[in-house]
Amino acid sequence: MDYLDHLEAEAIYILREVAGQFEKPALLFSGGKDSITLVHLAKKAFRPGKFPFPLVHIDTGHNFQETLDFRDQLVKETGEQLIVAYVQDSIDQGKAIEQKGKNASRNALQTITLLDTIEQHGFDACIGGARRDEEKARAKERIFSVRDDFGQWDPKRQRPELWNIFNGKIQKGENVRVFPISNWTEMDVWNYIKREQIAIPSIYFSHEREVVFRNGQWMAAHPVLQLDQEDNIKNKSVRFRTIGDITCTAAVDSEANTLDDIIAEIKASTVSERGARMDDKVSEAAMEERKKQGYF
Amino acid sequence: MNIIKFITAGSVDDGKSTLIGRLLYDTNSILDDQLEAIKRANRKNDDGTVDLAILTDGLKAEREQGITIDVAYKYFQTEKRKFIIADAPGHIQYTRNMVTGASNSDLIIILIDARKGVIEQTKRHSFLAKLLGLKKVLVCINKMDMMDYELAVYENIKTDYLRLAENLELKDVDFIPVSALKGDNIVSKSNEMSWYSGPSLLEYLENVEIDSSENKGWRLPVQWVIRPQSADLHDYRGYAGKVLGEGLKIGEEVVILPSGQRSRVSAIEFDQKPLDIAENGASVILHLEDELDISRGDFIVSAAYPARSEKIVEANLAWFENQALEIGQIYLLQNHSKLTKIKVAEIEYKYDVHNQEKIVGENIGLNDIAKVKIKAAENIIFDDQLDFPENSRGILIDPRSNLTVAAVILHSA
Repeated sequence: MDYLDHLEAEAIYILREVAGQFEKPALLFSGGKDSITLVHLAKKAFRPGKFPFPLVHIDTGHNFQETLDFRDQLVKETGEQLIVAYVQDSIDQGKAIEQKGKNASRNALQTITLLDTIEQHGFDACIGGARRDEEKARAKERIFSVRDDFGQWDPKRQRPELWNIFNGKIQKGENVRVFPISNWTEMDVWNYIKREQIAIPSIYFSHEREVVFRNGQWMAAHPVLQLDQEDNIKNKSVRFRTIGDITCTAAVDSEANTLDDIIAEIKASTVSERGARMDDKVSEAAMEERKKQGYF
Repeated sequence: MNIIKFITAGSVDDGKSTLIGRLLYDTNSILDDQLEAIKRANRKNDDGTVDLAILTDGLKAEREQGITIDVAYKYFQTEKRKFIIADAPGHIQYTRNMVTGASNSDLIIILIDARKGVIEQTKRHSFLAKLLGLKKVLVCINKMDMMDYELAVYENIKTDYLRLAENLELKDVDFIPVSALKGDNIVSKSNEMSWYSGPSLLEYLENVEIDSSENKGWRLPVQWVIRPQSADLHDYRGYAGKVLGEGLKIGEEVVILPSGQRSRVSAIEFDQKPLDIAENGASVILHLEDELDISRGDFIVSAAYPARSEKIVEANLAWFENQALEIGQIYLLQNHSKLTKIKVAEIEYKYDVHNQEKIVGENIGLNDIAKVKIKAAENIIFDDQLDFPENSRGILIDPRSNLTVAAVILHSA
């Protein structure tokens, strides 16, 4: 087995442990390459059976249309259940308060909707596509990461996690976040997508798009960005290296039209994947703080 | 290309995080925005150079205190290999996090401060390496720059450590003198230690061979039974799990444990395609010739080399909690996908980490390593560590708190 086979076998093993240990798991699906990879791995883990969990999408209302279309197509193809929870509903119910100003983002509000959804459906385990190479707080997180009754992660009190033995025992109200591709790097994911010929949303490839330059990055010129006269809209050849909300995911200059182009581009890149995420630039501990609150 | 996983262990301020920072930095594995972030953090060494430890100290509390609390995983690759590094904390109070990192490593790098030599944490980490069955130990004698790169310093520490290794029966030990801070013998050979003729750390890591286990037979702990129960797959029944050991092929005779039923492998399936063989480490679906009652937690094993199935076993354990081990209390033993109620019937002895002696008649508390006798509610399926290391491992869970309170290595009583 080569290294991709090892990573794949480990991820399948983890997905099956979730199925075996929990009563009501869910797979958190964002429409990005990492959660698409998880769906592919789940097929390998459970086919010809159905997935023992639904896909859950926390929709901020600020998604790229291409991502939503891709999501719906994938659900149709796999025949699996999709649950969509809307941040807008949390706002309408007064549980979340919309940020104001030009840099407003619903990124942080997702946590409120996510925790609500977990409680409403009684999910005891949520599978996510986070990887340890993405960010330094994530580099510290266990594969089975326990969240308390308030959805909080306590990084100073993580359970020991030995070998491939995962302790998923929890009290009622707690839940476990499970990260099957913890040990994959960005490059591993792309190499795997290429090897397995996994379909991904078109915006990962180079395309013409109207963009504006904000905070040192090219952002999609979309109404949710609250554009005004100061914003100089340009037409550029770009692609997205990571896909999140329109408000917090920056585009990169790119002519990459194929997976080989993307792989070559990332190899030559001198910035990290999360370098294109505005949500991580808030402070030195931005990710850790969000995770403590219950973020993915 | 293959992957090697290693852990760096050592006491506080032995320079573990600096060593990893140096490896990443000197192999160009740190990207511009990450380097920017380090510069912004403005943490400097005494000599004014950038403190590379900040690369792995990912938690706010760690950066505030300048210590490592939990293990951080870092990834890099060279032309020859992919590496997964576990940067483990040195403080004794975080030993369980060090054990977490060590359990998933092929090799342990034990850092020794050249000024201090072999100290208690060196002994503790070596002891744990032995307990967990790590195959290879590399001792990096660090901060050689502060000891004028003297051969005698290196030789004395090496002699001391070899004595410890002999006591612990650690067989495969290598040594490299380094300065993580200055980069001596990390990526390239140092000019300061011409007396050292071995490889640099990176050369060593790129080329070291890790013995693949020579287990006899194979085990497949059943994780999940796939039963679509749809019209077209009405009789489909597949046992999903990860193969441990030498692998298996179609037609092989198997034993189901603990029931003892026998059957043969009728099909092996992966990604909805048939396979003739399943290799060590593969996550597959097995089909058997007979319809048997098999569920999650059962073990399908090679009939030629079956596993042990016993109710009373011995175990070496490393205890992780402040609350002491209680004789007679029910704990859950988890080995692979199986949970079994157990009680510790007797503490045989505890190990003195300082002199490797056995102490009788004491409680087992935080960070203690001990040998105990376990009584289980039903048969435990396992192997002795020497026969089949991957099937000798387990954890203890306290059902009152759900915490993982110990790592155990099972032995036949």
